[in-house]
Amino acid sequence: MELLNQVTQFVISGLATGSIYALIGLSFAIIFNSTGIINFAQGEFVMLGGVLTIFSLNVLQLPLAAAIVAAVAVTTVIGILFERLAIRPLKNATPLALIIITIGMSILIRGVVMLLWGKDTQALPAFSGTDPITVAGATLLPQHLWIFGVTVMVIVGCRLFFNHTISGKAMRACSFNRRAANLVGISVGRMVLFSFVISAAVGSLAGVIIAPLTMTAYDVGVMLGLKGFCAAIMGGMGSGLGTVLGGLILGTLESLGAGLISSGYKDAIAFFILLLILFIRPQGLFKKGETERV
Amino acid sequence: MRSDRIKFLAFALVVLLLPLPLSGGYLTNVLIFVGINGVLALGLNLLLGYAGQISLGQAAFFGLGAYGSGVLTTQFGFNPWVAMVVVALCVALFAFALGFPVLRLKGHYLAMATLGVGVIANIAFNETVDLTGGPSGLSGIPNLAIGTLTFDSDLKNYYLVWCFALGMILLSLNLVNSRFGRALRAIHDSEVAARVMGVNARLMKVQVFTLSAVMSAIMGSLYCHVMTFISPTSFGFSFSVEILTMVVIGGLGSVYGSILGALLLTLLPEMLRTFQDYDIIVYGLLLVTMTIYMPGGLVEGIPALFRLIMPTKKGSEVGNA
Repeated sequence: MELLNQVTQFVISGLATGSIYALIGLSFAIIFNSTGIINFAQGEFVMLGGVLTIFSLNVLQLPLAAAIVAAVAVTTVIGILFERLAIRPLKNATPLALIIITIGMSILIRGVVMLLWGKDTQALPAFSGTDPITVAGATLLPQHLWIFGVTVMVIVGCRLFFNHTISGKAMRACSFNRRAANLVGISVGRMVLFSFVISAAVGSLAGVIIAPLTMTAYDVGVMLGLKGFCAAIMGGMGSGLGTVLGGLILGTLESLGAGLISSGYKDAIAFFILLLILFIRPQGLFKKGETERV
Repeated sequence: MRSDRIKFLAFALVVLLLPLPLSGGYLTNVLIFVGINGVLALGLNLLLGYAGQISLGQAAFFGLGAYGSGVLTTQFGFNPWVAMVVVALCVALFAFALGFPVLRLKGHYLAMATLGVGVIANIAFNETVDLTGGPSGLSGIPNLAIGTLTFDSDLKNYYLVWCFALGMILLSLNLVNSRFGRALRAIHDSEVAARVMGVNARLMKVQVFTLSAVMSAIMGSLYCHVMTFISPTSFGFSFSVEILTMVVIGGLGSVYGSILGALLLTLLPEMLRTFQDYDIIVYGLLLVTMTIYMPGGLVEGIPALFRLIMPTKKGSEVGNA
């Protein structure tokens, strides 16, 4: 019974971090689908979400809700600048140049944050207290509920956006065939910018809601970004249910591995899964049919 | 071909004479790291600049070399030279086996897979505390020695490291001008076309991956005997990125470019020491601006800049006279 309770506990916290990975994975997939770029600075958007919220809350003395909105807004602006200053000047870029440039931007963002706010890890207070709720012998924090709620909202929002708005449909058209999209009058450049906007917003939101649970600092983006990428790979780089499932599976496996095997190897487990998937099913776990090895 | 040989001899002469006016001080120590980083960058450049395959896990092989030698000599009493050979062979086998599944991937996916290997290796260095000492590091690693000559001063280590480095530079120069090197460049331009021409692209990619891994591992062994202390932080993701930066800034597909990139990026933090943490921003800025404005790196950028400045300079000189 003791073990069962423990496992339930690991699964619950795993699902919570898994939701975060799913959100970050989604933000990867949004950019990838409209540009073919894997943004190695995606984790930095996540980090900015947390760090900027803490800054607005503690230094600017904004109320929590306003601080979150401010953080997401500022990160989105940084996403726009990112696209304008680093991605757009590269004409006919090779994947290699794009990898190097997004890595460069991630280092730059990390460096600026470190200079402005130092290296200390900081915590964001939980949105609605820390009184645990007992569910099936395991405890659930109110913050977990926030994470699940926000994740579901973002996913539903994305689905509505991509399937039922003109802009969303235009972005999907770009992901299928940029040239054809251009020919029917869709401004591909604007859609690329748009994808960076949404991606930065979703990424930073993930950073905000995880910050009360895991603390945040200038360098948390690397790991979070990589795990989000892992989730996106599991979902086959699609912006739908696959990525969400990928994130949840990754979070749960990681949490079980950390709890039952060794917490030191937690990150290694995630990367081991990433390698396995890349080697065996690079098209993602849930996609049928053949995909070229990109 | 002949001018290549003269170029190499001139380079070797500079390397051999350089420490004499420095008389084994702090700068000699920095130049040791230029040698080590130079070979690491060179190894990655063979893979990235010539064959067009990215790796974000070079620090892992460097770390495997360092920890392999460190652990074998301190825990199991191996002779350092024997340990170095054993470790190099093991890394070669490991990289060869790893290369087949990893190098089937392309572009971003290859970058992520190699990065994953790097992160897992770094976690292993941290977690196998019994062997490696974990986060607090491994100390008491012996210096290398030949007979009664022990490499225990900066100057001796400088010549030790650079002997290896010159050897590997010579090897690389020969390699890139050989049939193998031309095949690698063909793979870079178009893997399909290379295959059609009868190049076994898959095997060649794995071979060059293995070669770059072994070069890194040997430098790792040297590093651990020079430093006599190692800890996991030296072999993390950020160091892999640093090596990548050296290659890109020096110039993709240029042997001397890698050494130049290593020289610049090893000296830079020393020069920026007064600004402490600013070097991370400088790294980022360099990577971004160089990729956008100088995609050929310094080896192409400097002559281009020279041509750009020279005419105007001449003009102003004439004006003055």
